[in-house]
Amino acid sequence: MPLPIEDLWAVSPEIWLAGLGLLLLVLDLFVPSGRKAIVGWAAAAGLTLGLVPILGLVGVTPRTVFFGTYVVDGFAIFFKIVAVASTVLVILSAMDVLRGQTQFEGEMYILLTFTALGLSLMAGSADLIMVVLSIEFVSLCSYVMAGYFKADRRGNEAGLKYFLFGAGASAVMIYGFSILYGLTGQTSLYAIASALSGAPRPAVVVALVMALAGIGFKVSMVPFHQWTPDVYEGAPTPVAAFLSVASKAAGFAVLLRLLAVAFASAPVDWITLIAGLSAVTMTVGNLLALPQRNIKRMLAYSSISHAGFLLMGVAAYAGEFAQGLLYYILAYAFTNLGAFFVAVTVGQRLGTDDIPAYAGLGERAPALAWLMALFMLSLTGIPPTAGFVGKFYIFGAAVQNGLIWLAAIGVVNSVIALYYYVGVIRAMFLMPPASAGPVGQPAALQLALGITGLGTLAAGLFPQPFVTLVSAASLLLRF
Amino acid sequence: MDRYLLSITIFLPLVGGLIVLLIPKGQERLMRQVALATAALAFLVSLWLLGPFQVGGAEMQLQERYAWIPAIGVHYHVGIDGLSLPLVILTTLLTVLSIVYSWRVDVRVKEYLFLFLLLETAMVGVFAALDFFLFFVFWEVSIVPMYFLIGIWGGPRKEYAAIKFFLYTLVGSLAMLLAILLLYFNAEPRTFGILELIGQQPLARAPLLASLAFWGFFLAFAIKVPMWPFHTWLPDAHVEAPTAGSVILAGVLLKLGTYGFVRISLPMLPETFREYAPVVAILAVIGVVYGALVAMAQPDLKKLVAYSSVNHMGYVMLGVAAAAGAVGAPERAGAATLALNGAVFEMVAHGIITGALFLIVGVIYDYRAHTRGVDDFGGLGAVLPRYSGITMMAMLASLGLPGLMGFVAEFLIFVGSFGIFPELTVIAVTGVVFSAAMFLWTIQRIFLGPKNPRWAALPDLDGREAVSLVPLAAIMLVFGVYPRPLLEVINAAMASLVTVLR
Repeated sequence: MPLPIEDLWAVSPEIWLAGLGLLLLVLDLFVPSGRKAIVGWAAAAGLTLGLVPILGLVGVTPRTVFFGTYVVDGFAIFFKIVAVASTVLVILSAMDVLRGQTQFEGEMYILLTFTALGLSLMAGSADLIMVVLSIEFVSLCSYVMAGYFKADRRGNEAGLKYFLFGAGASAVMIYGFSILYGLTGQTSLYAIASALSGAPRPAVVVALVMALAGIGFKVSMVPFHQWTPDVYEGAPTPVAAFLSVASKAAGFAVLLRLLAVAFASAPVDWITLIAGLSAVTMTVGNLLALPQRNIKRMLAYSSISHAGFLLMGVAAYAGEFAQGLLYYILAYAFTNLGAFFVAVTVGQRLGTDDIPAYAGLGERAPALAWLMALFMLSLTGIPPTAGFVGKFYIFGAAVQNGLIWLAAIGVVNSVIALYYYVGVIRAMFLMPPASAGPVGQPAALQLALGITGLGTLAAGLFPQPFVTLVSAASLLLRF
Repeated sequence: MDRYLLSITIFLPLVGGLIVLLIPKGQERLMRQVALATAALAFLVSLWLLGPFQVGGAEMQLQERYAWIPAIGVHYHVGIDGLSLPLVILTTLLTVLSIVYSWRVDVRVKEYLFLFLLLETAMVGVFAALDFFLFFVFWEVSIVPMYFLIGIWGGPRKEYAAIKFFLYTLVGSLAMLLAILLLYFNAEPRTFGILELIGQQPLARAPLLASLAFWGFFLAFAIKVPMWPFHTWLPDAHVEAPTAGSVILAGVLLKLGTYGFVRISLPMLPETFREYAPVVAILAVIGVVYGALVAMAQPDLKKLVAYSSVNHMGYVMLGVAAAAGAVGAPERAGAATLALNGAVFEMVAHGIITGALFLIVGVIYDYRAHTRGVDDFGGLGAVLPRYSGITMMAMLASLGLPGLMGFVAEFLIFVGSFGIFPELTVIAVTGVVFSAAMFLWTIQRIFLGPKNPRWAALPDLDGREAVSLVPLAAIMLVFGVYPRPLLEVINAAMASLVTVLR
């Protein structure tokens, strides 16, 4: 069976990313140490250019390529944009951190580029084998990045912990997939969908729960969330930002495709299951975030609770508010990256990640502090920020799909969340500064912060262009 | 020009605030001047609204409507009627006076002024919004600056008070968000337009959902008012807030709650509100009596004024609940109109009077005695004659002395609600006795009696303080003697509201 040439066109973004990664490997050989930022800028520029072939696919008729193993649809394109764009921002924020802290600076940019490729593959996978391969690809790169500062005790722990937990979760997931294969004799999600409707219910439930374990690990869903705070704390802060946004978004892409395609007509009520997991995840994440004093641990637990909100969007993925899930991901990407970038800046300049160290930031670095306040309010869901519109959409989807109880739990959780987000604002503006003197910010970080801040405000004040984007993206190639 | 007049009133303060942000550090004087000029201009523009505004018109006037998020039918839709216009002008007036009063604030002036102007935009926006999404955005945006104003420039327990205020109001507003979504998804065609939804009555045939929506709105508005038993954030917030913050909090932010009841709960869910009107009325009366009694026991002057707000907002809610109790009973429409007129009049009167009272507390506490203990003074009347005069006038207005603004409001509320909830009204009237006793006793302790030698050297009101207080005193007197112009504006809107309810 010959491969149609259009199929190659359909994966042009992936080809570009793969080529870019290889090119950077070669480039890194010729760049003298001490000037490795060149590799970073090259990676950022190359990834930005990589958006061109992705955007070139916008509006394409949804279809499968490569013998039904890979999908090109608005949904996949959206997640590729999120993956690549957030990788660019993370690279910008990483340059200042990596310089001088590790002799493997160039390799980090290369790993990030390859991870972006893996995330793109996750977004488009429509076959169990592709799903496993792309998740493993991303995971292997992430393990290395999480433990990048291997001389640091916490960094070391982060890498090892992430690896052990991740390997276990993957194994369980693959076992679940093998049950799916055994039940249906198929690996394509579309073929599984039709074969699954007559399958015995207990086996389907076991397969679903096991698959959820693997993906739940990626998106930090309770009860597979325990690694999150330790890894975020030990990993370089830009990597934590990357894991919390890019990996999580791609995880949700896989989760939604798996549920909405393969389990569409399966004899299990996965909506109730996901709704329950959503309630538990956001509540546990929020309650554990309350006592945190370290900004990275706080953001880790907050990212768990946001996974809960996103699960609400997955459970309510029907009707015209379904795009709320995607809007939330977009808003969360801008906001959470921004919050982490502030943490990067503060961590670099003040040498600590403790929230009390943020005291007086409102006077020492007003612009930085107000940006952080904006991000915290957006994470809480206060207008006029992106986070509010995202939450509005998700609550809307829940109410529309008869999940008012879940929306009510979400409301209670938003109020709990306010307390710890405002804790950061309180430190920055209400506490006197420990020491005077301004806090400087490197240019690349300023750029990244500016983009995320602008995005957070723009998606809150003028949501329509973003709504147009996500409604095009909510076109999921269904069975 | 008239077409955009309302939007200009809303956003002018924000523009001024952004300009203040751009002024470089060290030029505090210029920042204050820009802020004052902006606020004054906004006040003038809001007065200008009176020109094109037709008194007696039942329709929403000066409407502006543009698509904002067409995908889900969200519009930027604003307009005013006899209910919102007085509140808009109250807001712009109190903001000007607050900025005048705040001239001596010298900590982080830039942020202070910016937050004040942002707050003004949000408050005017809530009163003008005719789209639920827009309403909610302004509603929430009004919380954030107040958090900072209390938290940064507040008193000793400012952090606790600020976060308590934020948490309480957020609980309410998120409950309201769910109620809004319930209305939206049950409407056909779906819309966030407040007027359209009132016309459609989407939950009229779904009593369970209507109850859910009603209590969602109730929680948001009752916390904001605040009604007993949701009032516990108020004494903390008021006592810790800087003086100008208290003025805005009491003068305008509390009105957002009562405004919500009149603008949204009443016409949107009339049948449901009627069903629960006795409950609301009982809570209101408890607030009246409780507020007055607790105020009497306060040794702290600021806390005393704060609790008197609980008392006064109880009157407003009694009037609103009475009107709700009269839904579907045409023979009681007259009483309902009276009660509503009184309730709205009381909103304005309380804004003016309590605004003045908090400024008065600030005058003695911030820059003179640095104590607010009611029992720490004595004989001040001879030391500070002008200050004493204005204070007594504001307190007498607050206790409802005929000839001043508070009396008109309370009289109308009692006359109206007596026709609907006679027993409860009788109990509420006792609240007047308690609050009269409370204020008279306070006047006696502070201004009369033997002179306390500690305060013999206190200076009387200076020019700036007089500028911020005298206009309020004048308004109390003018509308107390001749309430007709204000009542005419209010009555048109309330009469048409009652017609809809019938």
